[in-house]
Amino acid sequence: MKKIIRCFLVLFFFIMFTITASAIAKAPSEGDLLPEIVLTVPQILDQQKYLGLSNKSTFTIPQIKANVVIVEIFSMYCPYCQAEAPSLNELYRKIQNNSSLRDRFKLIGIGAGNTAFEVEHFRNTYKIPFPLFPDDDFSIHKKIGNVRTPYFFVVGINKDGTHRILYSHQGRLKDHDQFINILLQRAGLK
Amino acid sequence: MKRFFNINLLLMVFLLIFCDVAFGVSEAYKGNIYNPGILKPTDSVLKVKVGDPAPDFTLPSISGEKVSLSQFAGKKNVVISFVPAAWTPVCSDQWPGYKIAKNLFDKNDATLIGITVDNIPTLFAWTRQMGKLWFSVLSDFWPHGAVAARYGVLRSDGVSERALFVIDKAGIIQYIHVEDINVRPKLEELVNELEKLNKK
Repeated sequence: MKKIIRCFLVLFFFIMFTITASAIAKAPSEGDLLPEIVLTVPQILDQQKYLGLSNKSTFTIPQIKANVVIVEIFSMYCPYCQAEAPSLNELYRKIQNNSSLRDRFKLIGIGAGNTAFEVEHFRNTYKIPFPLFPDDDFSIHKKIGNVRTPYFFVVGINKDGTHRILYSHQGRLKDHDQFINILLQRAGLK
Repeated sequence: MKRFFNINLLLMVFLLIFCDVAFGVSEAYKGNIYNPGILKPTDSVLKVKVGDPAPDFTLPSISGEKVSLSQFAGKKNVVISFVPAAWTPVCSDQWPGYKIAKNLFDKNDATLIGITVDNIPTLFAWTRQMGKLWFSVLSDFWPHGAVAARYGVLRSDGVSERALFVIDKAGIIQYIHVEDINVRPKLEELVNELEKLNKK
């Protein structure tokens, strides 16, 4: 009887370990498909319009009306994300001021472990013009491999609605022009 | 005894595998953060309660001077933020948030005091990674954890709890929150308490 229980326990842990090990997410890398990330449609009308979303309650990143979606995983509590915020505002303006990029490139932020209040405080502090979303229970953060912040990944969306990761980067972005060029090339827009 | 040990070992492995810690360490620390894994959520018994006068203390700060709680009496509401230890994941992601929340404290006529049981050189090096902090960072290193112990937030392994105390201008404790050591307290809960205090 004892032997049976012991065998059962060993088998149970082995199965659970196998399941969990296969479920441990890794950071998105070039060519990968994005794990399913469901976000709440922003209540602000301008932001809905910016993302080209209808009045649904939730959406996934490939549903954004764009060829290229730049996603920053940030935290209000992260010193580098705070330092990066003004620079990302500049990147947003650079894209918005360029008529050939404006409709193709969109930028969003996801606050890892941040509540809606914390995300809003971050937005107000740095006057961030692009949509930010809370991930207060780290559920999105876990899906993308518990990356250190800031983390950037860029999703290329094809006309048929399929998508793939074009770019993945840990840490601050350095040269915006070079970054945009890489994305144009990888998205086949250049 | 051996069987007991085996079962415990299996349970520990199970906890390590299935209860992953959720935190988002900043790239600012460049991989220098020590991850202690999941810890017992709380491990101390409070020695003060809401309505008590806050025990006074004087501790050295990273900027060189000594800071006493009593110096704010009659002038400012005070938030004391105890965090367990420098160079650990959740702690490293708590005070940098307060760094950009000064306006929320100012609005409610409050100041912030951050305390850990680390020594000054450790606190100095650690907080430098956070950028310029507007609040005092105090060392409760020696006698080790004496202030944390006086408030009842010193854990059995010598670090403090992740605890917030809100003290009004009369020096009375108005709010105590001992958070699960593995979790960062939500900013809005603290702000709500400060707003309540300000409305009184």
